[in-house]
Amino acid sequence: MLKKKKREGAEINGSSMADIAFLLLIFFLVTTTINVDTGIGMVLPPPLDPEQEPPPIRERNLMKILVNAQGLVLMDEEPVPITEVRTKLIEFIDNPEGNEELAVSPDAAIVSLKTQRETPYSIYIDMLDEVMGAYKDLRDAASRSNYGVPYDALADDSPQQNQIQDMYPKKISIAEPDS
Amino acid sequence: MAHFKKKQAGSKQEIPTSAMPDVVFMLLFFFMVTTVLREVTLKVKLDLTQASNIEKIEQKRLVSYIYMGPERLPGNQLGDDKVQIDDAIVDDIGAIRNIMYDKLIEEPKLIVSLRVDQNSEFGLLTDVQKELQQAGTFRINYSTKREAD
Repeated sequence: MLKKKKREGAEINGSSMADIAFLLLIFFLVTTTINVDTGIGMVLPPPLDPEQEPPPIRERNLMKILVNAQGLVLMDEEPVPITEVRTKLIEFIDNPEGNEELAVSPDAAIVSLKTQRETPYSIYIDMLDEVMGAYKDLRDAASRSNYGVPYDALADDSPQQNQIQDMYPKKISIAEPDS
Repeated sequence: MAHFKKKQAGSKQEIPTSAMPDVVFMLLFFFMVTTVLREVTLKVKLDLTQASNIEKIEQKRLVSYIYMGPERLPGNQLGDDKVQIDDAIVDDIGAIRNIMYDKLIEEPKLIVSLRVDQNSEFGLLTDVQKELQQAGTFRINYSTKREAD
């Protein structure tokens, strides 16, 4: 009797291992979120030295955009519907006809964005999105005419990309609200 | 005829399943490695706005988040707009510069991702941005969802 018992090999039943693995797999499948963080990238300026005078900027190179809390837009003291902001900006930056009141050259153009403290964040982002969109359109057009490919297709830090960036640098100034 | 019949009867049509646990384990490890269990509990309500001209942040290691939105109060109520960094709400806006400066020392190429509720006011954001300027964390990112167009 005793001998017989000893002969039975000790074995773990492995047939349910697949079930356990499946259970864990389903748990991780459900909890996994492969999300990539997306957003509008910006670089803040260093803090202002109160004694230092701000550098002089020629009035024609500066596009002042004011947005109030209701989402109404003023561009250089002129009311503009939000749908036309992008075309106006492209015209201002590129200035193909050499208009006296628009930017001297694309790399001199500065876009200043100013809102009120009460402005909802979504309106601010909408405006910033329009400005980014204008620059993207311009860079795309430049890249297509020079290299025949859209700007996104250029490799990061390649000489071509740097050249386009130098042509249309994003000079966006986020002004502090007054009140 | 008889010859053919014999051949058919002799072959068994079965898929070997002995390798299935291995396959499943491989998938399991993949998901275990990629899973990021939610690292912070949000104490503010967050409803991101949408934009179309956005870029991806490839290096997630460099990102540090600042959350802004109306505070969640017990009983499904919402309070005033608050700033949350990591797991705690920061009541003193002036303390942000020290917190962010410490983070910048740890990670010199820090990107600050601002996750702001779409209805919160710009004023709070500009206060936080001023603190970020003082801390020296200049690379920021306004976190938004992709706009369907």
